[in-house]
Amino acid sequence: MKLKNSLMGGLLAASVALAAGMAQAGDKVRIATEGAYAPFNMVDASGQLQGFDVDIAKALCAEMKADCEIVAQDWDGIIPGLRARKYDAIIASMSITEERQRVVDFTDPYYSNVLAFAAAKGIDLKTSKEGLKGLTVGAQRATIAGQYLEDNLGDVVNVKLYDTQDNAYLDLASGRLDALLSDKFPAYDWLSTDAGQNYEFKGADIDINDKIGIAVRKNDPLSEKFNAALQAIVADGTYAEINARYFPFSIK
Amino acid sequence: MEFGVVVEYFPRLLEGMLTTIELVLVSGLIGSLLALPIGLARHSHRWWLKAIPYGYIFFFRGTPLLVQIFLVYYGLAQFDAVKESALWPYLKEPYWCAIIAFSLNTAAYTAEILRGALGAIPKGEIEAARSIGMRQSKLYSRIMLPRAFGMLLPAYGNEIILMLKGSALASTITLLDLTGTARTIIARTYTPIEIFLAAGGLYLVMSMAVIYAFRQLEKRQNRHLQLSR
Repeated sequence: MKLKNSLMGGLLAASVALAAGMAQAGDKVRIATEGAYAPFNMVDASGQLQGFDVDIAKALCAEMKADCEIVAQDWDGIIPGLRARKYDAIIASMSITEERQRVVDFTDPYYSNVLAFAAAKGIDLKTSKEGLKGLTVGAQRATIAGQYLEDNLGDVVNVKLYDTQDNAYLDLASGRLDALLSDKFPAYDWLSTDAGQNYEFKGADIDINDKIGIAVRKNDPLSEKFNAALQAIVADGTYAEINARYFPFSIK
Repeated sequence: MEFGVVVEYFPRLLEGMLTTIELVLVSGLIGSLLALPIGLARHSHRWWLKAIPYGYIFFFRGTPLLVQIFLVYYGLAQFDAVKESALWPYLKEPYWCAIIAFSLNTAAYTAEILRGALGAIPKGEIEAARSIGMRQSKLYSRIMLPRAFGMLLPAYGNEIILMLKGSALASTITLLDLTGTARTIIARTYTPIEIFLAAGGLYLVMSMAVIYAFRQLEKRQNRHLQLSR
């Protein structure tokens, strides 16, 4: 009798867990990030995805009460992967651009980005077209910075495009690059590390009205849910708290 | 599918294709020149002559080409001694780093192909040459190397095709070869299927040219083996 009772209890518990699991499976949201763009998204020593984007993604999921899975995906395949339904959203510091809007939808922006040049301390680098003439300048492939270089300075500087931001930093440190054009906030993070301590920002920030949003497939109602959750986490202070973990100034 | 982008960007893909061809030709040439002494040493019966090429081939066949490229491009640049050396103007350029990595890699494979061919020459032919009093140097230049050359052609043609495809890894160190160009175009157009299909087609054309060239070479080299008509 006792055995039978515990067996029944076990079955009951299992079926409740199963039902709960099924209910959650309906809300399962798979989110892709890159994992090579510190401090917004990176992989820590234990292999876990970390960073501002990841924290925002988790906060949004908590707000939406959705079961989220965050996966890492190489940058230049990240939009094709979304369209191929490998995941449902991209939270990876992606700029909202016209070209991207032709193939994906974006939510409201969750932060704003400016571009900045970085080069070795002590050298006098003018970031005008004249001043950069003949120099080798790097950026990450498939980024706003990369396209800005190609479109505005491609005729006077030698543009080198890297698979990851980290590889561009490595080549700035090795001396292959005279300067680097990058989104300012991740570069701010790198300049504060040991590897980047001999480098600094040069010239004025380039404000290209660059807004960062969450990409979803065309006409996916998920973007409405993200927008509502974003407003909620900004209103209740969660956003400001996450911001303060990474930057001493607001990036909203 | 919008194949308009392929038409629009085709000239740039062709430019990338030229870089790919250049990479394969230059490193193929350097690699084959390196492979000759390495393969001969590898074929030797003296253990101390065999040991170094053995280690070299073991390393380059046993590690991924991507790792080798990264070691040459990002690895060497970590050392100040390298950055201050006279070689830095070359090692600074991704082009030469790719040439170095590809040449060393293909030299290892080609040396091993050469060793195999040298070992496969029928004993009788070597004995025949010795019996008429040929010295070692003449034996190699008149009999063994020409014989081995005929035998290694199919395997070597295969190696060139593998290298052609491996050269796509040059795009990871900022070189705009065919793959690098395709990826840069896709970063703008978001049409990976169309552009990669076009790039794949161009790789096929190049492979076909290599296959054809080697078939002609084989016919010529081994014409003594063909049945007379």
